[in-house]
Amino acid sequence: MQKMMEKRALELLGDGTVNRVLGWSAGDFIYDVTPAVFKTAEEVQDKFLYNDFCGANLSKYLVKESRKEGKILVFLKPCDTYSFNQLIAEHRIIRENIYAIGVECFGKADEEKLRAKGITGITGIEMKDGTYTVHTVYGDETVKAYEVMADRCLSCKSKKHVAYDELLGSEGEVVEDCNRFDMVEKLEAMTPDERYEFWRGELSRCIRCNACRNICPACTCEQCVFDNPNSGVSQKAAVNSFEENMFHIIRAFHVAGRCTDCGECSRVCPQHIPLHLLNRKFIKDVNTFYGEYQAGENPEAKPPLGKYEKNDIEPGEAGGAKA
Amino acid sequence: MQDVKEFRPKIVAFCCNWCSYAGADLAGSARLSYPADVKIIRVPCSCRVNPMFILRAFQRGADGVIMAGCHPGDCHYTSGNYFARRRMTLLFSMLDYLGIERERTRVEWISAAEGAKFSKTMNEFVDTITALGENKRLEDLRCKK
Amino acid sequence: MQRIGVFICHCGTNIAATVDVKAVAEALSHEPGVVFSTDYQYMCSESGQTLMREAIREHKLTGVVVCSCSPRMHEATFRKAAEKEGLNPYMVEIANIREQVSWIHKDMKEATEKAVILGRAAIAKVHLNKPLKAGESPVTKRALVIGGGIAGIQTALDIAEAGFEVDIVEKEPTIGGKMAQIDKTFPTLDCAAYILTPKMVDVAQNEKIKIFSYSEVEAVKGFVGNFKVSIRKKARYVIEDKCTGCGLCTEKCPQKKVPNPFNMNLDTRRAIYIPFAQAVPKVAAIDADYCTMLKTGKCGVCSKICAAGAIDYQQKDEIVEREYGAIVAATGFNPLKPDKYNEYGYSTCPDVVTSLELERLMNAAGPTAGTLLRPSDKTHPHTLVFVQCVGSRCDAENEKGKPYCSKICCMYTAKHAMLIREKYPDTEVYVFYIDVRTPGKNFDEFYRRAVEQYGVHYIKGQVGKVVEENGKLKVQASDLLSGEQLHIDADMVVLATAVEPDKSARGIATMLTASMDTNDFFTEAHAKLRPVESPTAGIFLSGVCQGPKDIPETVSQASAAAAKVIGLLAKDKLTCNPCVANSDEMLCNGCSSCEKVCPYGAITYSDKEFRGPNRTTLIRRVASVNEAVCQGCGACTVACPSGAMDLKGFSNRQIMAEVDAICKM
Repeated sequence: MQKMMEKRALELLGDGTVNRVLGWSAGDFIYDVTPAVFKTAEEVQDKFLYNDFCGANLSKYLVKESRKEGKILVFLKPCDTYSFNQLIAEHRIIRENIYAIGVECFGKADEEKLRAKGITGITGIEMKDGTYTVHTVYGDETVKAYEVMADRCLSCKSKKHVAYDELLGSEGEVVEDCNRFDMVEKLEAMTPDERYEFWRGELSRCIRCNACRNICPACTCEQCVFDNPNSGVSQKAAVNSFEENMFHIIRAFHVAGRCTDCGECSRVCPQHIPLHLLNRKFIKDVNTFYGEYQAGENPEAKPPLGKYEKNDIEPGEAGGAKA
Repeated sequence: MQDVKEFRPKIVAFCCNWCSYAGADLAGSARLSYPADVKIIRVPCSCRVNPMFILRAFQRGADGVIMAGCHPGDCHYTSGNYFARRRMTLLFSMLDYLGIERERTRVEWISAAEGAKFSKTMNEFVDTITALGENKRLEDLRCKK
Repeated sequence: MQRIGVFICHCGTNIAATVDVKAVAEALSHEPGVVFSTDYQYMCSESGQTLMREAIREHKLTGVVVCSCSPRMHEATFRKAAEKEGLNPYMVEIANIREQVSWIHKDMKEATEKAVILGRAAIAKVHLNKPLKAGESPVTKRALVIGGGIAGIQTALDIAEAGFEVDIVEKEPTIGGKMAQIDKTFPTLDCAAYILTPKMVDVAQNEKIKIFSYSEVEAVKGFVGNFKVSIRKKARYVIEDKCTGCGLCTEKCPQKKVPNPFNMNLDTRRAIYIPFAQAVPKVAAIDADYCTMLKTGKCGVCSKICAAGAIDYQQKDEIVEREYGAIVAATGFNPLKPDKYNEYGYSTCPDVVTSLELERLMNAAGPTAGTLLRPSDKTHPHTLVFVQCVGSRCDAENEKGKPYCSKICCMYTAKHAMLIREKYPDTEVYVFYIDVRTPGKNFDEFYRRAVEQYGVHYIKGQVGKVVEENGKLKVQASDLLSGEQLHIDADMVVLATAVEPDKSARGIATMLTASMDTNDFFTEAHAKLRPVESPTAGIFLSGVCQGPKDIPETVSQASAAAAKVIGLLAKDKLTCNPCVANSDEMLCNGCSSCEKVCPYGAITYSDKEFRGPNRTTLIRRVASVNEAVCQGCGACTVACPSGAMDLKGFSNRQIMAEVDAICKM
């Protein structure tokens, strides 16, 4: 796959279709992949990488990149295409300046899960028939993919690309039974006291590093309200213990109806707070109360908070604990 | 002698200028009493109520927040309360999901003619919040003791 | 830092009896920014306003907080006073310590504390207030009157008289409304038709008035001075401009068995009809539910005999778009249908009729040509029983009726009783009442004439039951004064049914965004001081749609509404509400979230150049608000995730400052 992508990148750079390539490059380690913009064929040949650690969603980088001179090539996994579409719907990226190549994805590996299995010193990874072969400095290891796959990929909602100019590899399908709301339902089934304990345990670890916000493809504000001294809510040094709760609730509310459930927030959280469970609650509520809605699926669709029905459910009737 | 201080809740009521605020005025002129714990903030429409205001109230120590607007279909601006209804439905469901008592937040549709309903609603809400006691959960979510 | 003056109003004893106004003034004087704090007997009085103006001048105030009655009462008063002293009116805020404090709390300590907190919240808000300047919007110099009864007619005539264009939208094929169905009017006993039809003709002949008959309002957009209304002209299958109103078709139409609602369905008419002889416009209409041609395609008699060629079976509903500066609701009423009152036998006995049915039975143009006959056997009735308050003055729990007094029934029943006794001296007339209410010029004299001169038997008491037996109506009733049970064998029973707002009013109120009370009467802006205006700017109320009224009251209110409309239309420009949304371009993402929730389409987007880092320029899509169109609801401000969209006068920070002040105790 990497070879095919590299080849197309070089061709498109060569014939002048694009003048930059947005992809992934290796960091200090092979599993430590970072998004990168390549400007020359040499850079692509040197540093371009696509493997089963390339989880980062590249669409958000287009907010800035698509406003620059010339066209940019971007590689998008199926889940990234939803964010891509959503950003188009919100006029945040300029479609004409982008050449999008969809790339197939069977789920990305979680390095921490590998490490938990004792697999370290990783130098490479390959997947075949649901099994990862991991190359390490200590030799090759094989492991069942689902045992070390990122949680968000285990409940992948769609392997189908919803937007691209060109597709590499096979086109997947929307996964109807992805069970992504299992954990939300589990929480809903708890008593309020249990839920409160659960979230107190999780949110109390927040260090307000803002990683979740900075990575989120729905959080593309020119200036976040929490960074704006004029908004009246910006103080980062916690005035009281409520500050972080407010941040997470408001952030989830701001992306409600816009979040595509890409799961980047939880991936980057250094404290491993399952932040996606907040967003998924909103998604689930929207689906239950206002009909199925998948942000980014159709850039023409009206967002659930931008429309209404005369007989919408009343706030008093919408107790979350009830199934 | 035991030192028992009676709990008096802090309650913020966001009221639409065109209906509930006028309903509160009507409750006033009809001398339909409700506890002094309720303090009203006038907004032009229920759709002006930002979830941030509600969280802010809790952050600053409110024990209950109620939003009152025009009956669905009767919005002075035709559609404001419909949007407000969706927003509050989602927000309240989220607060519930975080384990915050569902009863601390409430939405009520009260027209300018419903002074009696205004008074009744506020009396009920104060009773509910008084029974729930001080709002600790929202403030304490972070600090595991 | 603002220099704020605080004024605590005693409102006589209204506030001062429950709130320690001196203590409030003292407590608020220590708030940051407060340089002057005082209390006064009546802030709204001339001397109270002078006090405020002097303080603004002497203390160089930049902001004012008045702790007084509801801002809905005197906010405008205090803002005007401040403006006269050169202070921007939007630097004045009101803390409502009357309706929200003194009138509902009894304990002085508690009330005083709350007044201080509300004062603090207002002070906190004023700190963030900015001077606002109102924009202007043009006025479309035409009015719409919804409903063509006597209320709508009078309003339209008065507006036209002042030189402005008026459209009347009437859902029936003719204007005239309920008054056209009435026989004679109290207390003068002149014919309704004699006084109404000249007015109808005036309407038809007035160049400034356009009648949309058999039409309904479909949609209303816009705001005061600039309404855009869609009117549905329902297909009447007759070309209005061609029909001469000769009425030949209504005589020749072979479909004769159509109930005639103008005569309360007591007789029949044809499928093509003109509601009554004096109809305006005098144009026929085809009742599609009964017309053989429209139902089966076979007939066409009317088309064949119409010399004017006015019949058009293919006619479709037509939507007309019109613009208006003001809209008057004159949607009127209907008598309550007493079919839920089984005890009075209305549904089962044909000789139990409603008062409006009796009007038709006594009218020369009615089904009996003015001779009072029993509907069942067309015989002359000798004993008549009138039942008052059918569906009026009911308990709130009683779902059958209305809690209010319908106001007109006592008088029209006296009229009916009197007319019957005069025309048929051989009759006995009984009236069962709860109270007889006759407040009005010459009303009580009129009622006393019925009792004293015409010998009508007024009995305080209620009718319990009416049953038909051998052609007689057995009336069981109680006489509350003597405590006796009465049994009367009556020939006819007349029910004085409650008036209720027309069913269409609710939908119209929704379109107009005008508020209604729980009985579906339109709410007035102020019960005493602004009785003909709706709280929604540019919407006015005429006639019974606002509450039960008799004809003289309806006409006065109709003229009052017209005066208000004329006052509005006479202006070339209206001052807009300056509390409108505003987008901070530096923060705007151009995401279109705000646009989707704007009910007025006030938000547009454009690409603008901004300075980027390192001397680059960036082009970004940003929102801007058309301030003349924005009405200031604030829906966009919450839809905006970046906080770029804010509402002047109710900004995020202002509201949060109020929240903080209230929660900080």
